[in-house]
Amino acid sequence: MTAPPPAAPPPSGGTPAGTRTVPTDPSPPPHDTRRSLGAGAMIGVGLMAAVDEIVFHQLLGWHHFYDRSTSQVALLSDGVLHAVELVLLVAGFFVLADLQRRRTLARGFVQAGLLVGAGGFQLFDGLVDHKVLRVHQVRYGVELLPYDVAWNGVGALVLVAGLVVLARARRRARAAAGR
Amino acid sequence: MAGLATRPGVEHRDDGGHGHGHGGHAGSGAGELVVDPALVALVVVGVVLVAYLLGAARLRAHGPRGWSAWRTAAFTAGALLVAAALAPWPDAVLGGGARAHMAQHLVLGMLAPLGLVLGAPVRLLLGAVPRARRPVARVLRLRAVHVAGHPAAAALLHVGGLWVLYLTPLYARSLDAPAVHHLVQVHFLLAGYLFAWSLVGPDPAPGRPSLRVRAVVLVLAAAAHAVLAKLLYAQAGTLPPGAANPAAEAEQAAQWMYYGGDVAEVLLVVLLCAEWYRRGARAGARPAGTASAVPGRVRSGTEARAGWRAGVTRAAGRP
Repeated sequence: MTAPPPAAPPPSGGTPAGTRTVPTDPSPPPHDTRRSLGAGAMIGVGLMAAVDEIVFHQLLGWHHFYDRSTSQVALLSDGVLHAVELVLLVAGFFVLADLQRRRTLARGFVQAGLLVGAGGFQLFDGLVDHKVLRVHQVRYGVELLPYDVAWNGVGALVLVAGLVVLARARRRARAAAGR
Repeated sequence: MAGLATRPGVEHRDDGGHGHGHGGHAGSGAGELVVDPALVALVVVGVVLVAYLLGAARLRAHGPRGWSAWRTAAFTAGALLVAAALAPWPDAVLGGGARAHMAQHLVLGMLAPLGLVLGAPVRLLLGAVPRARRPVARVLRLRAVHVAGHPAAAALLHVGGLWVLYLTPLYARSLDAPAVHHLVQVHFLLAGYLFAWSLVGPDPAPGRPSLRVRAVVLVLAAAAHAVLAKLLYAQAGTLPPGAANPAAEAEQAAQWMYYGGDVAEVLLVVLLCAEWYRRGARAGARPAGTASAVPGRVRSGTEARAGWRAGVTRAAGRP
């Protein structure tokens, strides 16, 4: 409440030991790129998990609620993952709102995080959940290989797209900081 | 509780149901001689709700800060949900069996307690009945309250209780013995209340752990709930030992449990995150004109312990 903010440190770590700018400029605060990326990734994972649940479990009925070949360990990991996904989705939106409120939202990093999170989760789901743990398969009663290829291919594609967007956002942020 | 101001207000059955609650003017002529436990429960719920509403009306009229209509609405909704779950109709509509039981579990153990907790009945009591302050403070200082009020202990009672219920013959016993059945219902409600209060309750909670700890406990509890639901689904024919439910019915009940647990988890996460967000506002989130502050990094020392990622190191480093 009454504790005065420390006056000594420079307003941001952006300019390395350069001219100490006068601390009374009304310029917008620096973007918090790390938290922006994190918020995007949280929402990306949560959204992809929601799509999986709503589209593939409920609407299409391709995924099964429970697969007779599921082991106890897989059941456990599935439960934990499911609980974490929901938290990530909700918390991601709150972090986003917090960044917006502080005016430190870095839009490009949020987009990159969304794609990386969504693609990464899709790939993880396709490889670890479907193949290693065998929680359930993409679809039943069909030749599985094309479905697996499509599933993981889409995941990898989205992930790579996210990494490209991330590299671009980094480049731009660096350019802006250098100016 | 009866020592409230004699305010006529709502003319339900506020003075009935003190000693032997024989219906009064409620009109339900069921059970003249044998006390129906469902009726007793409904009378208790009614008395508690009326007491709450009287206290809220009193605070709204005389209290220095009034009383939030949202709190009143939340508590009323919680009380009505308890009444709905305990009334005989779930069995009638859902045909009894595993599904009716699961619906009761979801409402009594998850939704209703959340409404009651958000109603902040202890705060209301402290505000409306000043004489209660000292006893309440004494109770809150009890070691047992600290232990049972820790989210981990509450989760163990809440979700761990479900594991015991469904993986031991206790569930089958509850079908045979009405007394066991009622005890299980009371446990659902109390453990659910304890769990919700320990995580997000607006009522005073001494020694409540950090948001991070509470979030971890919530994830683990939700995971344990989901795993149990899938386990019940996987072994629908055999699992509540000795229950002999038709497999299809048990599978459906298990799915309700799984998705109902999701709903409860999302509600709790939203409330946890809302607490985090509000703290950010108090700790000076708005950059405003004060250019010396780097928003999101610097927080005033008194608030530093509040946030998840508040500048703890910075606060510690300051002389």
